[in-house]
Amino acid sequence: MPKATSDAKLLIQSLGKAYAATPTNLKIIDLYVVFAVATALIQVVYMGIVGSFPFNSFLSGVLSCIGTAVLAVCLRIQVNKDNKEFKDLPPERAFADFVLCNLVLHLVIMNFLG
Amino acid sequence: MAAGGLPSSATLLLIIILVAAVAVAPLASAVRPVSDAHRSTAAELFAASPDGSFGDLETTYEAVRTFQILGVEKDKGLIGKACKFAAEKLASSSSSSSSPAKDLFHAVRISGVLKCSVDSGVYDDVATRLKAVIKDTNSLLELYYSVGGLLSVKEQGRNVVLPDADSTFHAIKALSQSDGRWRYDTNSAESSTFAAAVVKNDIVKLFDTIKSYDDGTFYFDEKHVDATEYKGPITTSASVVRGVTSFGDVASGKLNIPGEKVLGLAKFFLGIGLPGSAKDCFNQIEAFVPLILSLPSKVFSLTSKDQLKVEVTTVFGSAAPPLRVNLVQVLGSGSKVITTETKELQFDHDNNIHYLDIAPLKIDVGKYSLVFEISLQEPEHETVYATGGRNTETVFVTGLIKVDKAETGISDNDAGTVESVQKIDLQKDASISLSANHLQKLRLSFQLSTPLGNTFKPHQVFLKLKHESKVEHLFVVPGSARQFKIDFLGLVEKFYYLSGRYDLELSVGDAAMENSFLRALGHLELDLPEAPEKAPKPPAQAVDPFSKFGPKKEISHIFRAPEKRPPKELSFAFSGLTLIPFVGFLIGLMRLGVNLKNFPSLPAPSAFASLFHAGIGAVLLLYVLFWIKLDLFTTLKYLSFLGVFLVFVGHRALSYLSSTSSKQKTA
Repeated sequence: MPKATSDAKLLIQSLGKAYAATPTNLKIIDLYVVFAVATALIQVVYMGIVGSFPFNSFLSGVLSCIGTAVLAVCLRIQVNKDNKEFKDLPPERAFADFVLCNLVLHLVIMNFLG
Repeated sequence: MAAGGLPSSATLLLIIILVAAVAVAPLASAVRPVSDAHRSTAAELFAASPDGSFGDLETTYEAVRTFQILGVEKDKGLIGKACKFAAEKLASSSSSSSSPAKDLFHAVRISGVLKCSVDSGVYDDVATRLKAVIKDTNSLLELYYSVGGLLSVKEQGRNVVLPDADSTFHAIKALSQSDGRWRYDTNSAESSTFAAAVVKNDIVKLFDTIKSYDDGTFYFDEKHVDATEYKGPITTSASVVRGVTSFGDVASGKLNIPGEKVLGLAKFFLGIGLPGSAKDCFNQIEAFVPLILSLPSKVFSLTSKDQLKVEVTTVFGSAAPPLRVNLVQVLGSGSKVITTETKELQFDHDNNIHYLDIAPLKIDVGKYSLVFEISLQEPEHETVYATGGRNTETVFVTGLIKVDKAETGISDNDAGTVESVQKIDLQKDASISLSANHLQKLRLSFQLSTPLGNTFKPHQVFLKLKHESKVEHLFVVPGSARQFKIDFLGLVEKFYYLSGRYDLELSVGDAAMENSFLRALGHLELDLPEAPEKAPKPPAQAVDPFSKFGPKKEISHIFRAPEKRPPKELSFAFSGLTLIPFVGFLIGLMRLGVNLKNFPSLPAPSAFASLFHAGIGAVLLLYVLFWIKLDLFTTLKYLSFLGVFLVFVGHRALSYLSSTSSKQKTA
């Protein structure tokens, strides 16, 4: 068992080192995704405690966070230079898509929020 | 009363009647007004318009005159305004009205009634103008107005001399007709009772035209009805009465008018009650009316030994002169004469009532007509008051009816071997129990007798059989029958073949019966044959009226019960909690060393970049507004503008960033 623990430690350390090499803009996006998912989690916990009464509000809140996170992941994919697939796509274009999608998403969210 | 300076001839009376008829009402100083109801009605009818007048002059005069007669207090301001109104009419020499004499006539009378202070010169002027009218006119009404106006002026203390009395008289005379009727003017061939009443000499002839209602109420009506000149029975009758009484004032001789006609006229005016129109009210009050006999109560109880009370008053409600009232006849139903013995009623000075004990009359319960005769004690009153001969009043005598020998039973056949006879005490609810089958009969008998021991036949006797299922059967017991039978054999179908327990109720009622009753007798077990196939079903019973018209059952509206909400503190706590990841996000950004160095430094691109961010902020703000208050369409409208702007600015900002980054790459 101690071995496994140290293995896991090693694994995490190597993962941390590798992640440290990630460009800062991707780290920002990662941070943003974590922020969004954490917010969604808190809402789910709240729903678990008090019940899902204004269900549309709950869905709006959670889907807003999840949707933002998904869009952020998409942005990350497009911005990542290692992805050869999106090589020709400038990051500014990707950001514009991200903004547009967020605006559309939140229009729907606001409509659903009631 | 005779106009000063005029030769006193018999024919001159004509003019005087004409004038006095309207100028002075003989009963104007009635001690007591008719009633408060008349007063309040009069006050309502003659409600002054805001400017103080009551409409035209005639209406104004009638209003002030009515107030004077009834003793209605007017406020000073109103009097002042009415005076001013009349004075204006008197002073204005050119009258806009088609009949200046009429206006002047009414205006003079208004100022006379209200005792307005009018300049004496104005009266002289008015008199001159009236005289001019008399000279020119050939219309009876014009003459009437102008002569009446002159007399009114004279009453104000002015000395008026009619210079050409003879020709005036001839003008009037020319309008008379030989049959006692008069024409309005020389151009009209029509004669009129109304016109005649104004001036007529041989007044008694008038009463040939009187009309009569069935109950002895008399009234006058126009014989020749012209749509524009039709005065209606009240106006005409009042004019006749005024004319007659005015004549009575000035003539030394006694008018030979049948007493019952005068009384009939009085009844006509009283019977109208409170007429709706101002004119009718005025006419009703100013007409003279004689003595009226009335009964305060028309129902007498033998049980409480009521006294027969009779009130004799003038029509205005004031006390009558000393007189005797005799009961001369008592008529039973169908004009059957009960007694013709004359009995004089005692007089109660305190209450002004004549009374008589009814016990000595030996009259039984029922409806009677009492015939009274009024005789005045002082002979000189007979010229002033009309007693109208015999007065007939309908009265009811009630009493306690004795009920006895009440019994009921079941018999097998008509011959009547009565199986079970039970006596009932109808003074209280009984609880007999009978049983019968459809071949038997129910018998019921009772005897009613009046306080004087006569057999009494009540108007209504009902026997009610009520089944358990609330089906009811009502039997009318003939009042004359001594014994009442219900033969169940013929009623089986009517009873809907419903066997079982029937409750019996007997109700006896009569207007003259003080102890009318509804008694429960008990119950009857009825055994009827089985219903055949096609037997009629009992009708559905009516819903209990109390439940039908009573309050409806309250409807409790069911709304969805509100969801259980969490405590506020918990919700606020989680709202705060959602901020923690955001704080963590900011901290993470700081640790990553994020900066805004890439933000364009050149003025134009930085402006576009700023606008881009501001645009995004504006869209988000719009979303918040959409959540709070805006609807989707408004939001989309604003969003379309913002979107275009955002696309433009975003494109500029991002293309600049793109160009700088590509430059860096190439560099």
